[in-house]
Amino acid sequence: MSGVLVVVETRRGELREVSLELVRAALGVKDSCGGRVLVAVLDHDPERFVRALSAEGVDEILLVYTPTEHFEAHVSQKALEELIDAERPGLVVLGHTINSLGFAPAVAARLGLGFASDVSSLWSAGGPMVSRGAYGDKLVAELEFPGKDCTLVMLRAGTFEPAAAGAQPVRARTVELALDGVAATEHVGFEEVQDTGVDITKAPFLVSIGRGVEDKDEIPRFEALAERLGGTLSVSRPLVDAGWVPSARQVGQSGKTVKPRVYLALGISGAVQHLAGMRTAETIIAVNTDPEAPIFGVAHYGAVADLFEVTDELERALD
Amino acid sequence: MKIVVTVKQVAALDDEFELLGDGSGVHPDSVELELNEWDAFSLEAALQLRERAGSDDEVVVVTVGGTESEETLVGCLAKGADRALRIWDSSLQGADVLVVARVLAAVVAHEAPDLVLCGVQSSDAVNGATGMALAGYLEMPHVAVVKALDYDPAGSVATVRRELEGGLVEVLRVGTPALLTIQTGINEPRYANLRAIKQASAKPLEVRTLAELGLDAAKVSMAAGSRRRKLRHPDAGGGAEMLDGSPSDVAARIVELVRERMTG
Repeated sequence: MSGVLVVVETRRGELREVSLELVRAALGVKDSCGGRVLVAVLDHDPERFVRALSAEGVDEILLVYTPTEHFEAHVSQKALEELIDAERPGLVVLGHTINSLGFAPAVAARLGLGFASDVSSLWSAGGPMVSRGAYGDKLVAELEFPGKDCTLVMLRAGTFEPAAAGAQPVRARTVELALDGVAATEHVGFEEVQDTGVDITKAPFLVSIGRGVEDKDEIPRFEALAERLGGTLSVSRPLVDAGWVPSARQVGQSGKTVKPRVYLALGISGAVQHLAGMRTAETIIAVNTDPEAPIFGVAHYGAVADLFEVTDELERALD
Repeated sequence: MKIVVTVKQVAALDDEFELLGDGSGVHPDSVELELNEWDAFSLEAALQLRERAGSDDEVVVVTVGGTESEETLVGCLAKGADRALRIWDSSLQGADVLVVARVLAAVVAHEAPDLVLCGVQSSDAVNGATGMALAGYLEMPHVAVVKALDYDPAGSVATVRRELEGGLVEVLRVGTPALLTIQTGINEPRYANLRAIKQASAKPLEVRTLAELGLDAAKVSMAAGSRRRKLRHPDAGGGAEMLDGSPSDVAARIVELVRERMTG
């Protein structure tokens, strides 16, 4: 088995951003993994994405016509299993995304593949190798896949530069798969994100708080602090889960992706899902009591300090 | 109705953890064990479904882990689970996500539940894969990252809300038996009261070996998806410039940085 098979991601007629990142990662190991990169699009109308996926170095784009209009996990699962069987890749690359999380591990289990998820680095040394976070991202684990003919890796979105596409069109091939009757879920509809009038993606300066705040009654205080500093309050997931703050203010994978000029993180440890939503901010300042907190790995300025003590002093400095 | 909830006792690193000299792992004294945050929500979802339905329903919690994970299981029993199963074998030390899923599959197949609820991910390994790998082995319909769940046992159908990136939600229906991975925030996990904690030790907690499940340890270990070469500290990278001094020094620097960056 050799070559790399990339499975890109579409949603509601659009190619998701992670797709070209996956292509770039695959091209990076192409020479040492059999010299061939295939890009598969599973969609109701996959042909419309050929142009956007035509990156230099991609050998072929595989078009899989799905019977369902939207992503369906069991259809994707069956399609990927059949593609692996037909194309015999040595490496399969997907995104560590909500959709792929809904079927790729099942494929790895059923076919007995090498497997790693939430991968942040991919290289080849006599076979694919990856690194990923361990112990909540405080450490890094390097993994190998001994004895596996085929390995499936799920790459963390936003960690690879996207490949440049749109040059010479890459040859596309339709792959006929028997996917009728495979769906096991029925799409009822989408619920759009509620508009609360606050758009944290447009705010140039975010003051962001997380679990460290500990008490609902403290929220107004930080809202006031953000305002006095000239910023907007945003939060990490636990405060939304607790029902303290509406989800419109949530930064992270399941919230908003933000890129403000300044991101001030107070008492946010920096779970993977949170970092995914803010790591590209121009200047990140982080205050946390834990010197090993992953947030310091992406911050430009950091202080190991108690957020309340710093907040007291910030308020005093602004008086 | 029967619901199986898979749980994991996760390892949280304390502030001054130590790596083993050969990079093979973390010093055992450096970790604190606790119930995985996501599993608290999936257990709560199961308990709420049982309370809504009827008395002949059963919530079974299952874990793959050594004796140290019994504390977590007893905690689940105290919250209201009816019985607990712990699977262990010395060959499972350091088992990867696919091995754990393979073992869980044997248990779940035997229990034949109407619903299997798993956490979306564990807070230490963050694979996000155990549940879906388990569904793959079981060939059971599945939905990942569920943030709302409405189950109709009579109609054998669950209507779920799946949380996508950026806060978008997809509503879908799935026939049961099915496996769902549960996202945090779906409910408000309960705490066990003191009396329930005392009574929990009287509830059934069974321990089974791989052999008792009809599994061959050597074959199970073949399911492993990867082998860890090394565990290390993250690359320093650019690294943050650390602001030292008293809280008031730190605050003064922050105000200065914010003004500089916002006006510059």
